[in-house]
Amino acid sequence: MRPAIDFRARAHPAWWAFLVHRLSGLALAAFLPLHFWALGRALEGEAALDAFLRFADQPLVKAAEWGLVVLLALHAAGGVRLLVIEFGAWSGLRKDLVAATAGFGVLAGLAFALALIG
Amino acid sequence: MAAARAWAGYGGARVDAELVVRIWRGRESGEFATYRVPRRESQTVLDVVTWIQRNLEPSLAYRYACRVGMCGSCAMSVNGVARWTCRTHVSKVARDGELEIAPLANLPVIRDLATDMSGFFDKWARARGRFSGAATRRDGFARVDPASSARRAADAGIECIGCGVCYASCDVVAWRPAFLGPAALNRAWTLVNDERDTAGAERLRAVAGDAGCHACHTQGSCSERCPKGIEPTAGIAGLKRLVARAAIRGKL
Repeated sequence: MRPAIDFRARAHPAWWAFLVHRLSGLALAAFLPLHFWALGRALEGEAALDAFLRFADQPLVKAAEWGLVVLLALHAAGGVRLLVIEFGAWSGLRKDLVAATAGFGVLAGLAFALALIG
Repeated sequence: MAAARAWAGYGGARVDAELVVRIWRGRESGEFATYRVPRRESQTVLDVVTWIQRNLEPSLAYRYACRVGMCGSCAMSVNGVARWTCRTHVSKVARDGELEIAPLANLPVIRDLATDMSGFFDKWARARGRFSGAATRRDGFARVDPASSARRAADAGIECIGCGVCYASCDVVAWRPAFLGPAALNRAWTLVNDERDTAGAERLRAVAGDAGCHACHTQGSCSERCPKGIEPTAGIAGLKRLVARAAIRGKL
């Protein structure tokens, strides 16, 4: 078959921003039911919620939580970039905002990691 | 013929090197054939294709006309990226002395490197890409303020040469074949910003919906690859705003 669009055509910052936004969005959407289930523990009383919170204090769960924070930071900052493109006075692909999105993700990740250690 | 032969050797002084060029032969199915081409100093990708056609493979099908980046007919996929080949220097795109040249993606192949662009231009028509005016030849010239925001928005998109590079770079066109594509939507955007045009509402209806501006995922490949530096992503975002405003005011 003839060649189709592949990674070489997609190797530029705006496409990476799309990919990160899409993947982080899917991952966060997949996490939401778990999040609501955890909050739902409170309906069953203090003991049930506390038991879950103790489980959530384990290092591995904390590490997963760190991943969630980074995903959320990337998704939120990427969303702001899209809003600027869709509603703002437009100039350029806003690669500055692609960089800012990545920077914000790293910053949030480092800050949360510090909070975990400290 | 002499002129053609002279151009076949065009590309500046010969240098002591060879290019290994893989070119798609066939239609939707086919295979890459490999050719060896003498390297020249200021060689363009179109020079390379032409050299092969004139010296090695007379049956090679490809398309070009102006050779100076005006006509929009010589676009091909070069090492996986859609480009205008007449103004793409080999030195800019060759990797380790190798080139892979294929027909533009998202367009049916007629043969080898020549694609059928009729579907691409049909979409311009579907996006209501034709100017509709109210003035006659007896009216005077319209006076459009060059500093107005509408005029500047139209200016930013008006230099399109219809080469199809954006269309061949767009994943949404590949995923959703009915999508009008960046070039047609950019054309519609320049027309809705033309204050002489009278088909505004009709055009917004034509570009709204699943096949129109709302299908865009803002991947930006069109803006990244446009050889004329146009940013169709901007026009598409602008169309989304205008469509939303018209819908809220009940004018869609």
